[in-house]
Parts: sequence; C-alpha cells; structure tokens
Amino acid sequence: MPRKLETKSIKNLLIRGARFIDPSQSLDQHGDLVIENGLISRFGNNLPAPQNFEMLDGHDLVVSPGWCDMHVHFREPGREDKETIATGCAAATAGGFAAACPMPNTSPATDKREIVESIIKKSQDTMVDVYPIAAATKGREGKELSEMAELVEAGAVAFSDDGCAIATAELARRAMEYANMLGVPIIEHAEDATLDERGAMNESMFSTKLGLPGMPTVAEDIIVARDILLAAYTGARVHIAHLSSARALELIRWGKQRGLPVTCEVTPHHFTLTDEAVATSNYDTNTKMNPPLRSAHDLEAMIAGLQDGTIDVIATDHAPHSIEEKETEFAAAPFGITGLETALGLIMTRLVKPNLLTLSAAIAKVTVAPRRILNLPAVQIKEGQPANLTFFSPTKTWMVDKTKTYSKSRNTPFHGWELTGKVFAVYNKQQLWLNSEF
Amino acid sequence: MIISKHLLGLEGVRREEISLILKTAQSFKEVLSRPIPKVPTLRGKTIVNLFFEASTRTRISFELAEKRLSADSINFASSGSSVAKGETLKDTVRNIEAMKIDMVVIRHQASGAAHFLTQCLEAGVINAGDGQHEHPTQGLLDMMTLQEKFGRLQGLKVAIVGDITHSRVARSNIHGLMTMGVEVAVCGPATLLPRDIAAAFGQDLLVFKKVDEAIQWADAVNVLRLQLERQKNGLLPSLREYALHFGVTRRRLEDAKREVVIMHPGPINRGVELESDLADSEFSVILDQVTNGVAVRMAVLYLKSGGEQEVMNGNGA
Repeated sequence: MPRKLETKSIKNLLIRGARFIDPSQSLDQHGDLVIENGLISRFGNNLPAPQNFEMLDGHDLVVSPGWCDMHVHFREPGREDKETIATGCAAATAGGFAAACPMPNTSPATDKREIVESIIKKSQDTMVDVYPIAAATKGREGKELSEMAELVEAGAVAFSDDGCAIATAELARRAMEYANMLGVPIIEHAEDATLDERGAMNESMFSTKLGLPGMPTVAEDIIVARDILLAAYTGARVHIAHLSSARALELIRWGKQRGLPVTCEVTPHHFTLTDEAVATSNYDTNTKMNPPLRSAHDLEAMIAGLQDGTIDVIATDHAPHSIEEKETEFAAAPFGITGLETALGLIMTRLVKPNLLTLSAAIAKVTVAPRRILNLPAVQIKEGQPANLTFFSPTKTWMVDKTKTYSKSRNTPFHGWELTGKVFAVYNKQQLWLNSEF
Repeated sequence: MIISKHLLGLEGVRREEISLILKTAQSFKEVLSRPIPKVPTLRGKTIVNLFFEASTRTRISFELAEKRLSADSINFASSGSSVAKGETLKDTVRNIEAMKIDMVVIRHQASGAAHFLTQCLEAGVINAGDGQHEHPTQGLLDMMTLQEKFGRLQGLKVAIVGDITHSRVARSNIHGLMTMGVEVAVCGPATLLPRDIAAAFGQDLLVFKKVDEAIQWADAVNVLRLQLERQKNGLLPSLREYALHFGVTRRRLEDAKREVVIMHPGPINRGVELESDLADSEFSVILDQVTNGVAVRMAVLYLKSGGEQEVMNGNGA
C-alpha cells in the first residue's frame, strides 16, 4: 500500500529566512514571506510575526513557485490498481509538484467531457491543481478528431494521443488547425510506429548485444520533423513530449531559430540514464520506457538543449505499473517508470549540483515554462497572489526507497540511489504538506 | 577457477572456463561411446527442462545429457508467453522450484528470460536459448566440433552466414570464438545485420557483403537457419533471392577452390540457406555437431552443479 499523505489546512503562515527564487520576475533573494488567508500578503526582510501565525524556519531552504509537471499518467479511469488521481496527486505533492497534467491514455481514453470533469473533480480534495490533457482523436485511435471544443470547455488544457503519435500527417494537421482555433497546443508523442513495431529498447550496440528488437531514434526524428513542418504550415502550437533523440533536438532548434511555435520537454531519466543501463542491469524492466533510454550522445545533447533553452520544460512522464506486470521478461513488460517522487532529486543531482544548469533556470523549466505553454494561471511569489509554493533543500541528500512511495507503484530504476535535493514542503490551496522525513 | 553456477551466455565467459568445458566434454564423449553410456555423476540431482518455445533437438539433447549423467529430469513445455497463459513466468518457476530442484534449463522466446530466472530462483540456470540473445551450449558445441576437426581453435577463421540480427546462435558463437582467439566474420543481407555490430562485438569482427568472399576467406562456414517469416516481415524480397545470393552451395565452394567445413545449427531449410547435397557432403560436420551437443551439455550440467573440483583431479567421467 502507498503511504498516506498527511496535510494540514493552514490559512496563515510566516516563512522566515528562506531563499526565494521566482524566475518569472528574476527574483532570487533571501527574506521572509507572510501568507494570510492563503494569499501572499507581505514579502520582505525581518517582517514582524503577526499573532497566531504558524512559522516555518526557512534557513537553508529554497522556496519557489509551486512546481508543475505537465506530463503524468494517473491511470484513472481504468487502471486504479496502478494509480488513482488521489495517489497520483499524493506522489506529486511528495515530489514537490503543486500542479500536474494527466495524459489521456486512460481506459476509456480521456476523450469525453464527463471524463475530463471527473478527473478534475476527483483532484479537488488533493493539494494538486490537476489540468487534464485530452485525447486528440476519439479513443486515441487516430481516426477521427475528438470533440475538442467541448473538451476545452470541460477543462482540458491541451490535446495529445500520448502513448503513440497522432496516426497520420493529415489527422495531425487537422488536430493542429482545430486546437489552434481553440488556443490550445497539441502535445505530440513523437514516434513513427512502423519503425518501432515490436521494439523494446533503443536500437544501438546494446540492443545488438542483448538481442532485443530496437527502437531507432529516427522513428522519433521523423515525427518531430513532420510536426514542425505542420506547425509552420498551420501556425498551430506544437509541444514535443519526452524528447530523447539528439537529431530531434536539432530539428526543434532549427524550428525555434525560425520562430516556429514549437516547444519541448525532457524527462529526468533521459538526462540521467543511457541505454547501457539495460545491459548493466541485466534486462531490468525498470529500464524499459518509451521513448527508450538513448545513447550517451543523445543524453549529452539533452543537457545541451536544457542549457541553451531549446528544451523548455522538464516533465516526468510518471508512468506507474504494477509489480506483476513489470516483474517479467523484458519483451513482455510494459513501458514506463514512476517519476514524480525522484524528479527534484534528479534535477538537483544531475543538473544543478554539477553546474550544468543554474537553480533558477532549472526552476523555470518546472514552473514558468509549462504554465506558459499550457496557458495556465501564472504562479508568482508576489504580494496579493495566491500562495502556491514548493520548499526544498537543493543540497540535502537522501536515499531513494521504492518501498516508501506515495505512488501506488514502485517501478523506478532509481531505487537505492543517493540523491542530492530534497522536498521540504508544499503549500497550495490553503494547505500545507510537510515532509516528515526531512 | 571460480565459475558461476549459471550459464546465461558466452559473453564475458573466460577462456579458461571455455577450455575446461570443452576438455570435460571430450571425456564425456568417450563415455558416450561405451557399451553402457552412462555415469552416476549427477545421481540424486533434479533438473527441470523448461521449454517455453518449441524445440526438438535442443530439448532431446539436454534430456539425453541429463539421463547419461543419471540426473532426475522433468520436462515442462509451454508455448506462448507466460502472460498469455495467465500465470507470470516468475510464478511458474517459483512453483517448480518449491518442489526442490537443483537446476533449471530454460528455452524462452524472450531475450533475457534466463537472466530473469536467476533473479527469481536459487537454483542454477542454464540458458538453452533466450530469444535473439544467446544460445551458449550451441556456441560451445560448435567450438568443440571445430576443435575436433582442426585440432585447434586459435587462429582459425570462421564465417557466420545468414540472419545475424535474429540469431542467438550467432551471438554465442561470436562471443565464444573471439574469446578463444578465432577470427570471426559475419555475412548476410543488410536487412538482417544488426545495428552497430562493431561497437557491440569489437572492431575485429569482419563483415562480408558477399557470401563468396566469406567462403574464400574462411576455414569453416557456420550457416544459420533462415526463419521463413523474415520474408513476410518485409526483411527479404523472397526466399528465392536469398538462396541465389546468400545460399551456400557446392558451386560456391568449388569456385573458392578451398576445403571449407560446413556447419549448421539445424533444422536446415534445404535449398534455402544450404544446398541439400552439401548438407550431406564430405564438407559437412553437421551430425558431429549434434553428437557433440550431448557431450557439451553433459559437461556444462556437471561443472555447473559443482563438479569442477573433480574434473581438476581427473575424476570427471
């Protein structure tokens, strides 16, 4: 059973002596912050403590706008044995995320008003703002467009057939045109299915050695190229999900240089692990995901893309699966790993600590950028704004333990890893969660 | 020498261990020629043959090896993936292990299935072929056959011809032969050669585009079985074209004007990858491979069940 998230309803709070970072206003300063009735009422130095306020000592802590993961799988409706909206949101909070966008590959697919509304409704008791992404085509079958206008009215913030690409160029074009009319982006899972059929890992010297059918990077590149050209042709906004190929990154860089409305995200595992992990782990199915772990060359390109801004967003692609589905032969196991509870630690350990990315740039990729791409309400550390905050230590170390997750699932390749960077607390919706293991 | 109780593949297996297995296999081969071809070596040991994929010769070969060693052997055969059956592979094997067994021989259609078993079981695991990954006892019996034929392995030239991508026999041969100092080449249609082959197996691995060049170069040619579904999957224009351009024929051997040993892991598609007449010719050592298969598997089962010490003392058979 997953752990239960203990939250407290707190309207008034004083945070003392923390380092506040808000990339949207180039803010990076130490100070105090007062929350009254869930709103930021004062921000400054040596603020007097109002009476009957709870106080948090912020020394050695960073406080940023609440993090937003624009790519998660909460499995509800359909596979509540793996995750529910409640447990997914608990995992999000524990990972420092105050907002999450569940993908539509539920069962049935999130392609109807009622499903979108039900996802939002079920998230209301949690500390997480949940913004569903709806299916671009009915049933994610790649045949007919979903009823996008109604889905946007119900609360969908983008469209995707995630799990696979929108099946044909024609349909992708029409989905873009229609989504553009509604002012929302298309999020593409870039994978040419014909090139990846039966594939289980990146096609490389390691797939050759291990005798596993390969998934070539060109399968990703082709759809990225297709969609950039369609974005140019239609004017629609396209966001490439979980980028993993160096060449696909080059294509996006090319598109951005020409001012095309293209954005993209990368997952922590794609800037942390390579396909060699499949070999060194002796076919551990927690190294199986889609897109697959790529080569060291691709990984280096992802880091360069984060540095030069070609990659806008870090998103987890949190993909919970049951133990019995993952404890099997590699070819039979489903794709995906959990990500919400390890993201912050991996971002700090792999990017910030080795000085590959500044703290502020890293925070921008999980706060400002995803909310801008999805037109979500901006979250800022500013007087008068609703308090929506993530508190963490960028230097504290901890050990990943898959038996202690808030997610219902444990399919992580990072079990036993020592990570630097630990979540201390999240404040959102007038509620506070404090990490009891900090 | 410390050797693992498992045999999952020939990748990473050291030269001394391969030599020990081949030497032990020679003494077991002598046992097989006795009037009563049986030794009590593994009496009281229980070995389960788990075959999740159709197999005739490998299964019979392992069974015979077990019987010749006086082990108690049980066969479990199931086609289709464990998922399709409704029971996971892990549950299947843990149930079997609960019946107190010493060793498992596994054939499975998924690469890595034998590795997976080692994570579920205490018993020793012998890989009898996992997907497209490895088939180590086939690699060993091929080496034994070559050693018998040529009196050595070091410095030999062996060409592996056919569908390299999907072949576990090719992978085990490449790893084993290269460890033993054999020069190895592969030859096959571009659609059936895997990606980054030099990075995967080493720069020393040669690649021939034409089968004639491979035959011209090699002391022995190991001809792989061509799975008939490769044409259906769009990897080959036709079997006819394959036979014309990659089939090993007497004519090609005569053109090469060289005595080349022909090997094949079986079963043969006569007239596709190998000319029928050639399979039965003086060049062929295919039936020696089959005979040696039993001896090699006896050696592997014996050594992996902890018999190394006795071999070192000369009491192996």
